Amino acid sequence: MLSSTSLSIGYRQPLASGLNLQLRPAEMVCLIGPNGAGKSTLLRTLAGMQAPLSGVIKLGEADLHTLPALDLAKQLAIVLTGRVEAGNLSAYALVALGRHPYTDWRGNLTRHDEEAVQHAMQLTGSDVLASRPIHELSDGERQRVMIARALAQEPKILLLDEPTAFLDLPRRVELLQLLKRLSRETQSAILLSTHDLDLALRIADKLWLLSSQGELHIGLPEELALNGLLARIFHSEGIEFDHASGAFKVHQPTCGPISLHGDKDGVATAWTWRALERIGYEVHNNGARHPIHVDVLDSGHWHLTTPNGQSEHATLESLIETLSA
Amino acid sequence: MPTPFPKLGLHTWIVVLLIVILVVAFMLSLTLGSVHIPPEQVLRILTGGDPDKASWTDVIFKFRLPKAVTAMLVGSALSVAGLQMQTLFRNPLADPFILGVSSGASLGVALVVLGAGAGGASAFITGLNVFGDLSLAVAASLGAGAVLGAVLIVSRRVQNTITLLILGLMFGYLTNAIVSLLIYFSQPERVQAFSLWAAGSFGGVTWNQMRVFSPVILFGLFISYVMIKPLNALLLGDEYARSLGLNVRRARFWIILSASLLAGVSTAFCGPVWFVGVAVPHVARSILNTADHRALLPASMLMGASFSLIADVIAQSPGSQFVLPLNVIMSLFGVPIILWVILRQKQLRQSFAS
Repeated sequence: MLSSTSLSIGYRQPLASGLNLQLRPAEMVCLIGPNGAGKSTLLRTLAGMQAPLSGVIKLGEADLHTLPALDLAKQLAIVLTGRVEAGNLSAYALVALGRHPYTDWRGNLTRHDEEAVQHAMQLTGSDVLASRPIHELSDGERQRVMIARALAQEPKILLLDEPTAFLDLPRRVELLQLLKRLSRETQSAILLSTHDLDLALRIADKLWLLSSQGELHIGLPEELALNGLLARIFHSEGIEFDHASGAFKVHQPTCGPISLHGDKDGVATAWTWRALERIGYEVHNNGARHPIHVDVLDSGHWHLTTPNGQSEHATLESLIETLSA
Repeated sequence: MPTPFPKLGLHTWIVVLLIVILVVAFMLSLTLGSVHIPPEQVLRILTGGDPDKASWTDVIFKFRLPKAVTAMLVGSALSVAGLQMQTLFRNPLADPFILGVSSGASLGVALVVLGAGAGGASAFITGLNVFGDLSLAVAASLGAGAVLGAVLIVSRRVQNTITLLILGLMFGYLTNAIVSLLIYFSQPERVQAFSLWAAGSFGGVTWNQMRVFSPVILFGLFISYVMIKPLNALLLGDEYARSLGLNVRRARFWIILSASLLAGVSTAFCGPVWFVGVAVPHVARSILNTADHRALLPASMLMGASFSLIADVIAQSPGSQFVLPLNVIMSLFGVPIILWVILRQKQLRQSFAS
């Protein structure tokens, strides 16, 4: 529906070029990449807010950058990053502004407009906020209202620039789940940029991975993790991505290797692993036995073997304290 | 249970209430003054009947009626222009004169009044009766028009709205400097004539001048009414407004044209009338508890008209021969009222945070 051919974005210098992109209906795409790679620029270019350096963006059959602003507004909506200070408006009045492309010259809502506004608020669960002034809303509530405002435009394409930026973790999960559901229920294409790699990997239908060098990789999240592209792109940023766990490695090993042998269900092993990594060990559980070795026992205790002797620990804390000493 | 969705726009009962207040203020301004004319006599005169004293007909038709009409027009004009500027610049302190229109008018008047006798051109105007009403209005209109033209040309080229604001402020400082310089080198009676103009007055507009004055104001108000929808879109900021399909540059052009016409013509005929333009939009926001211009703009118009009428009644100090400067009255009586309204609502900071 939205597609580009050999698109080149940036201000005077291209940030990325040769981009061949496609957004399809009922698809949620997450745009990820290091800071400064040009995520916002790409979004703004695709939204028609900024001219491409070269290349063409097509919206259906039409060229996005020659499409009249009003026609574009009926097909594409945006939610920008940052708080909107729109004065003393109720959430309902704010969402109603999304009907701007459809209303008459006086901006009065018809019955159909009112229904569209109310539907958008119900879809995003912001209908309960309708009569609240927006400056009283929390960041999460405000973000819902802003998304409802964009939906009130009845767009085929919805672009969001870091919608999760000011939210706490539960609100982020909730928001991404909401967007995913919206892409299915409204059959719209949703593209959002985010720094939440973990969440994006779990929820997105597709990832667009933009590197600082201006390369864009497109694929299923799992595929980009499997073929090592995620690891490679974030490696050049100085952080390690762990294929196996699908998460960033936060800790650099400083204490040398340790071997770990697990219990049956593996949960205690996984958390022990994290604790050991946190205090700086390089953990192995491939069966080899290193001079320092931990057994997670079925009884829920830990057995520690070091060159200096052996000990048994009833809590993880006691194990970690012994190892840190 | 269905969720209640609030009704948008202006409620009818508020319009009715504001119109009633306006009618009362209008009647007060015709009744009160140096001579008291009872309301029923005023009504009789207005409907073409003969009052108890024949001279009252003249008082009403020659003085009080044009003054009341002027006050209403200027009050609405400045309130609407102030509202437009506050939204356009996303700044609660913006007033109708922020783009320098009144500075231009002041400069025009200062050149005529203070510069008279200093050069050949001014000597020509002196011959035309320097202190006559019309030459002042012409000079002020020329000054305001020059600034308006400059601002409009710049507004079509500048992408960033804040740049316009800074240009307007700088222009204001520049003209103030020139006016101060003129005052410094002028004779005291000329300076007094100038400060008389600068104190503001609704009394100077004759029926003849009204033929120019009122159509321009009504045209400005008409444009402002058409720009209600763009103003609402601009509440979200330029970028969202563009994404809603608004041609921001074109909308800005018309909003500035409307506000500058309203402010410029008001200043040209009545002097710079401060305060109404900043205060009334805030009172409207506080009372209506909204930022929706479909409600705010008509409400500001009606409230501005009533406010100006009442301020003028007080300035005439009924029952005495004194006429106090309009700007003094506006601030003296207006500030406490507006502080009360706004502080009670505690909403000023939310009207445009950021």
